[in-house]
Amino acid sequence: MSRQSMRANDPKKVSGELFTLTYGSLVAQLLKDYENVDDVNRQLERMGYNIGMRLIEDFLARANPGRCYDLRDTADKIQQAFKLYLGVSPSIGSWSPGGDEFSVVMETNPMAEFVELPEHCLGLRYSNILSGVIRGACEMVQLEVMAWFIADQLKGDNMTEIRVKFVKRLEDAIPAGED
Amino acid sequence: MSSNKQRPSILDKSLSRGKSEVSMTAYALLFSEMVQYSHNRVQSVSDLHNKLSELGERVGVRMVELLFVRERNYKRETKLLNVLLFVKGTLWKSLFNKEADKLDRATDDERTFYLIEKEALVNRFISVPRDKSSINCAAFMAGVIQAVLNCTGFPAKVTALWHKGTTFMIKFDDAVLIRDKQLEGR
Repeated sequence: MSRQSMRANDPKKVSGELFTLTYGSLVAQLLKDYENVDDVNRQLERMGYNIGMRLIEDFLARANPGRCYDLRDTADKIQQAFKLYLGVSPSIGSWSPGGDEFSVVMETNPMAEFVELPEHCLGLRYSNILSGVIRGACEMVQLEVMAWFIADQLKGDNMTEIRVKFVKRLEDAIPAGED
Repeated sequence: MSSNKQRPSILDKSLSRGKSEVSMTAYALLFSEMVQYSHNRVQSVSDLHNKLSELGERVGVRMVELLFVRERNYKRETKLLNVLLFVKGTLWKSLFNKEADKLDRATDDERTFYLIEKEALVNRFISVPRDKSSINCAAFMAGVIQAVLNCTGFPAKVTALWHKGTTFMIKFDDAVLIRDKQLEGR
């Protein structure tokens, strides 16, 4: 018990283990429901995208991050959001020469605690929900990006690395039928 | 990503100490996606409950293993009441950082217990549609409890009901009661 009482009783936080195991259960369910891992990867990305679209609002309200003037600003905000929502501090690096692509590198991946990939699931991008979250959140602030995993500790890499690439700035479009 | 790298075995890592935390928002949004996904794949409310319960069961199975190693020093529970207190106390504290609000025994059926949680974490951000007011997404937590009881050798059926907030109705198999009576006084 003593160990648990050390946890600050913050009503805005939940147990990391509950989060990890819940996510794991979802991934297991998807693997059961879909025929192949590519579909699971896609579904996880889509769920992340939905989450990102809603998460950005919370982020803007809570962190009051201000406007981003370039992609480096954006990268900083993404780093900040990882800290705020997942309690980890990834590092940002490996900028492309053109400055339109960077990596988010995590030493520990909170999604993947307790996880071991079985042989037949090596094509699974277990934490793919995160790339969806990044894409969805950026899209809501008029930034089209691509995000994908290039390294994963679950597959024997030293760290977990998400690559983010700027695609284009989205213009405000007037919804059809409203001029 | 190549697959011929040496993948780490989970047994080489040290066991999580259970102190990590994530934001409530992150959990609420994840849970919401899970409910929507399940909802899209079922026809009826009871199917949805079953689906959520199944998702919870996978969490429960793992919590048993984790908690008995970490918090209980490998010592298992053998008495019915103690395992219920384990659910109400240890399990609830690790998952939700608080004990469950109340544990009651049904007056008319000795196999049935009620675990009451006024404000279930998973229901905090869910508004139930008026035409489907019986939906209770705490079915997920019912699944967690059910798996914990099954894994500790006290098979039961657990359902989530809207009553005093959320009430988990725990109905044990007959055999559990018979065995517990035999153990009485030992």
